[in-house]
Amino acid sequence: MAILKTEGLTYTYSAGTPFEKTAVDHVDLCIEENTMIGVIGHTGSGKSTLMQHFNGLLQPTSGKIFLENQDIWADKSRLRDVRFQVGLVFQYPEYQLFEETVFKDIAFGPRNMGLGEEEIKTRVLETAAMLGMERELLERSPFALSGGQKRRAAIAGVMAMRPKVLILDEPCAGLDPKGRNLMLSQIREYQKKTQSTVLLVSHSMEDVAEFTQKLLVMSKAKLFCYEDTNQVFRRADELRQLGLRVPQIASVMQALRKKGMPLPEDLYTVESAREALLTLLRKEETPC
Amino acid sequence: MLKDITLGQYFPIDSVLHRLDPRFKIINTMLFIIMLFSGNHYLTLVIGAVFVVMAQMLSKVPLKMSWKSLKPLLPVLVFTAVLNLVFIDTGNTLWEWRFLKITEGGINTSIFMICRIILLIVGSSLLTYTTSPILLTDAMESLMSPLKKINFPVHEMAMMMSIALRFIPTLLEETDKIMSAQKARGAMLDNGKLMERVKAMVPILVPLFVSAFRRAEELATAMECRCYRGGEGRTRLRQLKAAKRDYISLIICLLFLALTVTINIIFS
Repeated sequence: MAILKTEGLTYTYSAGTPFEKTAVDHVDLCIEENTMIGVIGHTGSGKSTLMQHFNGLLQPTSGKIFLENQDIWADKSRLRDVRFQVGLVFQYPEYQLFEETVFKDIAFGPRNMGLGEEEIKTRVLETAAMLGMERELLERSPFALSGGQKRRAAIAGVMAMRPKVLILDEPCAGLDPKGRNLMLSQIREYQKKTQSTVLLVSHSMEDVAEFTQKLLVMSKAKLFCYEDTNQVFRRADELRQLGLRVPQIASVMQALRKKGMPLPEDLYTVESAREALLTLLRKEETPC
Repeated sequence: MLKDITLGQYFPIDSVLHRLDPRFKIINTMLFIIMLFSGNHYLTLVIGAVFVVMAQMLSKVPLKMSWKSLKPLLPVLVFTAVLNLVFIDTGNTLWEWRFLKITEGGINTSIFMICRIILLIVGSSLLTYTTSPILLTDAMESLMSPLKKINFPVHEMAMMMSIALRFIPTLLEETDKIMSAQKARGAMLDNGKLMERVKAMVPILVPLFVSAFRRAEELATAMECRCYRGGEGRTRLRQLKAAKRDYISLIICLLFLALTVTINIIFS
């Protein structure tokens, strides 16, 4: 079932001034429940603007957005509710921390939802555990944490609201490779555990190849495609024309195929490529 | 949206007025203000109006923008008019009620004042519409440089001003982002009682201050790294050079001022 749907969604910044710019142009989308979705596109392709429409922070210039078949702009008093159901984590979310302790900061969202103290506590502890934050960390000031921990605290603040859709805008920006992988696998764990939809905006093709099931590709304010991740990477040449890459390993596999090696097409993670190459080598070893 | 606030209200198009040397534009604006306030006859207002219309046309800034700068000041205008109307007591009395009195002199003065203030606002806002804030500070620094002789820190002041101006859009954007982020967590910013609203500002102000301090520190380090040591011996990226058109503009303004003074003398 579709959880989020858009119809002809268009958004124009500063309409009627010299700075006018259409950031999202007639986007029709249908996003399913319980999926991990990657969102890719060039800087300025309209990804972030599109994401801010999903939880009603921006009102479309024209077109509609439906959350569980309800137009989110039909009743403005329900908007706050929409924001609890579609959680949005901005880029560099650590800059939004403000409370005295990490616990209080994570509890900000759930408290705004009007939950009881007990429920808030369970949610905060559960979320912190999911992101691998130790309990004693929760009593510290968020400003005393390290960069990666701050980031986790901020993300936990949105996750603790248990939204049906969680949107993360480049959650790994500025983290080291080890931190990236840890963060992404924790996000995947969260997705599996809560059975929610997670949209992951990223610039790293390797990351989306490894962690997402579907890909949403934006190009020049328009939706280029929304398909299964492996389907998208089959269109490697088109992606390159948009100025996007495919995962390095996919390029290597493509080159090997061109050289005449009988490799299957859907190899875009290091893991699957390794498997395929090993089977191929074993076949060659056995005499015909 | 916060972005719609016009603080530095620069309107980036190309026109004769945009290309004028900012120092001359500041001097011309001052001359224009003197001209408006020295005039005490309706004819001088006509001259002022001609000047404003001419400048407005040369600037190519749409009239809508001038209206935008005038609109927030409407209450002040009405207030001035009413005060003048009610408290000036010269000429024939037209209407009276207790201590309030409307006289011909009062009506005259309030109409005169309103016209004068409208011209003042529309005319002087052209300066900020046609000059980028950075150029404005550069020009101020250059105009105030004689003050260096009495140890007034002109360069430091100008540097502070350009840094402040430079960071207004950045901080506005930052505020916008923080507000969105907290709204996404269900913060209620635009309703509730006064105390609730003040409380609702905390999640925005704390991160904003933290980030302002962080930016200040980063900027200071970056300046140190590039050996910034004040204005002495510093050359400029944008050299201000007066051209022929700048002198022409100055002469035009002086002529208008002279005309106003002449009318004052003739009709006084």
